Amino acid sequence: MGSYLLTLMIFVPLLGAIAVLCVPSREEKVLKTVAASAAAVPLALAVLLFMQFDRGSTAMQFVERAPWLPAFNIEYYIGVDGLSVPMVLLTALLSFICTLASWNIEKGLKGYMALFLLLETGMMGTFCALDFFLFYVFWEVMLLPMYFLIGIWGGPRREYAAIKFFLYTLAGSVLLFLGIIGLYFWTTPHTFDIVRLAEIGKTRPQEWNPPFQWLVFIAFYIAFAIKVPVFPFHTWLPDAHVEAPTAVSVILAGVLLKMGTYGILRFNYPIFPEAAQFLAIPMAVLAFINMVYGALVAMAQTDLKKLVAYSSISHMGFVMLGIAAATVPGNPGAAAAVNGGVLQMFNHGCVTAMLFLLVGVIYDRAHHRDIYGFGGLAQVMPTYTGFVTLAFFAALGLPGLSSFISEALVFIGSFQAFMTITILGTAAIVLGAAYMLWTLQRVFLGEVNAKYAALPDLSPREIFCLTPLAVIVVILGLYPSPVLDLMNPSLTHLLTFFW
Amino acid sequence: MTHSLAIDVALLVLLLPLAAFVIQIFRGRQLPRGGDWVSITAIVLSLVGSCFIAREALSVRNPGWGYRWVFDWFTVGANHIQVGLLIDNVTAVMLVVVCGVSALVHVYSTSYMHGDPKYPRFFAYLSLFSFSMLGLVLSDNLLFLYCFWELVGLSSYFLIGFWSEKPAPADAAKKAFLTNRVGDVGFFLGIMILWTQLGTFGYHDVFAAVAAGKVTGSASLLGLVDVGWLTLAGVCLFCGAVGKSAQFPLHVWLPDAMEGPTPVSALIHAATMVAAGVYMVGRLYPLFTPEALIVIAYTGCITAFFAGTIAITATDIKRVLAYSTVSQLGYMVMGLGVGGYTAGLFHLMTHAWFKACLFLGSGSVIHSLHSQEMPEMGGLRKKMPWTFLTMLVATMALCGVPPLSGFFSKDAILAACLQFGLEHKRHLPLFFVAAAGAAITTFYMFRLIFLTFFGQPRDHHKYDHAHESPAGIVLPLVILAGLSVSAGWGGWFEEMVQKPSLASYAPASHAAAALAGHGVEHGDGGHHSSAHTIAMLASLLAVALGFGLSFLMYYKQAISADAMAERFPTVYRWLKNKYYIDEFYDALIVRPLLAFEEWLARFDLGVIDGIVNWIARATVVVSDIAGRIDFYIVDGLVNWFGDSVLDIGQQVRRIQMGRIQEYLVAAFALTLIFVLTLSLVY
Repeated sequence: MGSYLLTLMIFVPLLGAIAVLCVPSREEKVLKTVAASAAAVPLALAVLLFMQFDRGSTAMQFVERAPWLPAFNIEYYIGVDGLSVPMVLLTALLSFICTLASWNIEKGLKGYMALFLLLETGMMGTFCALDFFLFYVFWEVMLLPMYFLIGIWGGPRREYAAIKFFLYTLAGSVLLFLGIIGLYFWTTPHTFDIVRLAEIGKTRPQEWNPPFQWLVFIAFYIAFAIKVPVFPFHTWLPDAHVEAPTAVSVILAGVLLKMGTYGILRFNYPIFPEAAQFLAIPMAVLAFINMVYGALVAMAQTDLKKLVAYSSISHMGFVMLGIAAATVPGNPGAAAAVNGGVLQMFNHGCVTAMLFLLVGVIYDRAHHRDIYGFGGLAQVMPTYTGFVTLAFFAALGLPGLSSFISEALVFIGSFQAFMTITILGTAAIVLGAAYMLWTLQRVFLGEVNAKYAALPDLSPREIFCLTPLAVIVVILGLYPSPVLDLMNPSLTHLLTFFW
Repeated sequence: MTHSLAIDVALLVLLLPLAAFVIQIFRGRQLPRGGDWVSITAIVLSLVGSCFIAREALSVRNPGWGYRWVFDWFTVGANHIQVGLLIDNVTAVMLVVVCGVSALVHVYSTSYMHGDPKYPRFFAYLSLFSFSMLGLVLSDNLLFLYCFWELVGLSSYFLIGFWSEKPAPADAAKKAFLTNRVGDVGFFLGIMILWTQLGTFGYHDVFAAVAAGKVTGSASLLGLVDVGWLTLAGVCLFCGAVGKSAQFPLHVWLPDAMEGPTPVSALIHAATMVAAGVYMVGRLYPLFTPEALIVIAYTGCITAFFAGTIAITATDIKRVLAYSTVSQLGYMVMGLGVGGYTAGLFHLMTHAWFKACLFLGSGSVIHSLHSQEMPEMGGLRKKMPWTFLTMLVATMALCGVPPLSGFFSKDAILAACLQFGLEHKRHLPLFFVAAAGAAITTFYMFRLIFLTFFGQPRDHHKYDHAHESPAGIVLPLVILAGLSVSAGWGGWFEEMVQKPSLASYAPASHAAAALAGHGVEHGDGGHHSSAHTIAMLASLLAVALGFGLSFLMYYKQAISADAMAERFPTVYRWLKNKYYIDEFYDALIVRPLLAFEEWLARFDLGVIDGIVNWIARATVVVSDIAGRIDFYIVDGLVNWFGDSVLDIGQQVRRIQMGRIQEYLVAAFALTLIFVLTLSLVY
């Protein structure tokens, strides 16, 4: 089964979605069990992938290849390298946790679970696809379930948020599609093969003449920047997060945002290394704006979920900075920067998933998320406070917890490349601590708010959802090698595109 | 002792408190006595291990003694990021100091925190702190040091905010963490500079590279001044020390940190953590350039003097001690800055004992009186003889009364300042300020003693309820007082801890060149007897002056303190308000930042998101127009066409060709569907 591992991982959730649709709606227990099992299989496969993946190789592994639409040279071509494996792991883990976290969905559980599993297929496929057309198909497959999940199961302004999300992403998709088609017709023979396109980018970049290269690079960049989201394309994110149900927020922040940075590393960099190098400084400036602007705006939020959403913008800025620094020739920290950036993608996925799950916990109980509306929860919900403290300190980059290593690597690696930006960017470290501690104080410290003196602490199901993430955050903080070794060869190989 | 044994012992010393923390945090409540014995056992075993290491260091008495253990942490690109442990004389002394004070504070806390609802949690945090601090001391590289550096900050945050249900401790904890973060960012920038230049974090490798002259070039700051990278790195690293060791201008968190339980103040905010900055400067000493050392010296000098002056007017017993700590840390930093490497670290060690003793003594008073305000105390020496005696001894040690430990260390710092001043005449004021600071120290410390223990009780209700503290509190006081007396005797410290010369790290061929490149070597004042004698006399004179004035004002009350305050109202107001530095920060940094971020959030919602929504609305309007055009014009045309066709059909039907009419209707319907679909898609 080794060779079909990825296919199974991608399509088992789809089968699960079909199975869910066959179960009668009133059989909620069966529905939940089917959905959780359908999400558990890819997780098990992802763990297997994690163990079997050859850490020494930079080539694509677990490759499956079959003609799909031969007339257009479109293939069913999938495979993974050190960049995609961590993302696949993250997707599988968060999807499984999210099916469990969604057990308290009350209306339309069946539709919800089916859409959720369809979403997982889309995400898995996006990270595994090596054919550009196939990638685009999976990319679009994600869009629809997300739209419905926000638009039907969301909060009061769900329709606005869902349409905003949909249109914004669609605008990016159009650019992406134009770029893909442009590349297809530019190459002879026409191809959607990502590995081949990267080969051209590395060995014969002169094949892309300048205006074409710039146009396609920028089209891709904007498409992915919307997903990250990079300032000024970020305003869909707070709305989508605030309205989305907890598990959808987790997937949105934990996985979907990473597709933006993944896309840049998978397409923009290998295919157009020259353009990437030329645009390094603008990209770094945008990253800096994300980091500091996101942190500042986060400080001003009074809605807990919006605060976490803006903190995501800030933390994705770290990823963007690390990625930008990797393109600068002669930067001794390029490897540190790009490894830090990708590790930050993984770490932010885990930490922000925890944060959104934790916000969901309090929202389920108090039915609001106003930071000023609580107080003294530490005495009421000690276990909950313990998890929150861990997640908050992880988010503010405390050594010993995972994000520290990735953020430190990003900064260390970017220092030589963008000195001023990096130095100014360290402000985000202080601001990050400020809004996290400020929130911690408002919500958890101080006198108990009598209104919430009787809130129940975490349920076993909630603890079960949070514990794996907490364990990963601690382990990767102490010993990041399991994930770093996975990505290091591929990312180091990526750097050779620039030198 | 073999290498592997030494490392094993060090690892055990480090990891035992961590194990205790993990047990306490998960199982503390279920254990008998709240599990305090778990933490105590761990720290006592760590102390035993530390003594084991220190015993060898003492018996060898070789400045070059040490063990190093390095392993790969992770790999990025081709860079192996290493971490490791370093045991040398400084480490050995620090291990004993940290474990010693920590163990005594653990014991003390069993009485002091007795009955607190979060008793097990308190011991968990103490263990976490001990682990972090020991890690900080044992690290052998910058990145690892930074990790533990932040972790001690975390434990400090938890412990200052231990009674977080009250607003003041929660505020103080946050302030401490954030102020430290500001300094830590500087620290991290220093690490970045060194790594970018050298590609390594290890102390030894960094020193070797610096000695070999590998850090070159200079940075232009704002295009105004050129600063050598090495100097800049040194100053950046020192920023971390400014935060952690509460140096001006980042000292503001330490007095507020007194909101934490008193044992915490003794352990973290007096003896160990706040000394981490001093330790760090000592640890990284070879890489500071003369220019960086000047910055360090003046920062320490300013801190020492100005914190001392604030302590004069403070009335909260713990705040007096807090400002005294800031001031003493300033002394240590200044000592290191002027080249008194041994002197600075020596004072760090002696200060740990007597300041811990003073804090724990003040805790004993607070525990008995339930008040921290000195105006509510007075005459307590009869009620609390042990507390009084131990605090008196520690005060005398702090002031530098011979032959107590503080005398030797403070004298060494003054001598180093004088020596440096004699070598570089324009830096002579450092010495005078330091000497004046010594007089101020004696003045406010005896003010504390007189106000607390002498005179008539000022609050009879509280006085009547006062009593000597239980053995759990008194025993640590006595031990610490004993150490305050004797820690400076025997000259062992000067023998073991000697200034590392950069040249010793250089490869043989580079040694000479490196020395030349490193400029003027700072002299170590400790070895120059004339400077020593003058400094000693100055120090004794300062003590006499400070004590005399304090005696006249607060014991004899020959000079009224209130009258003095009235005669110099401006001075009094500035001192009382701590030079308005908190207000300054609030007005210049905190408020503008809050306003800016509010403005930015509105900008985000109004402008950025506004544009998005505007585009959306514009699209709706355009599509509405398009829809109307579609309906009235395009579709109208189609309808007109259809009608015409129908008309034609009618006419054709008149010409008796019936079936064609049906065909045309079908075609029309298809066209309509096609056009409608098109308009829906676009």
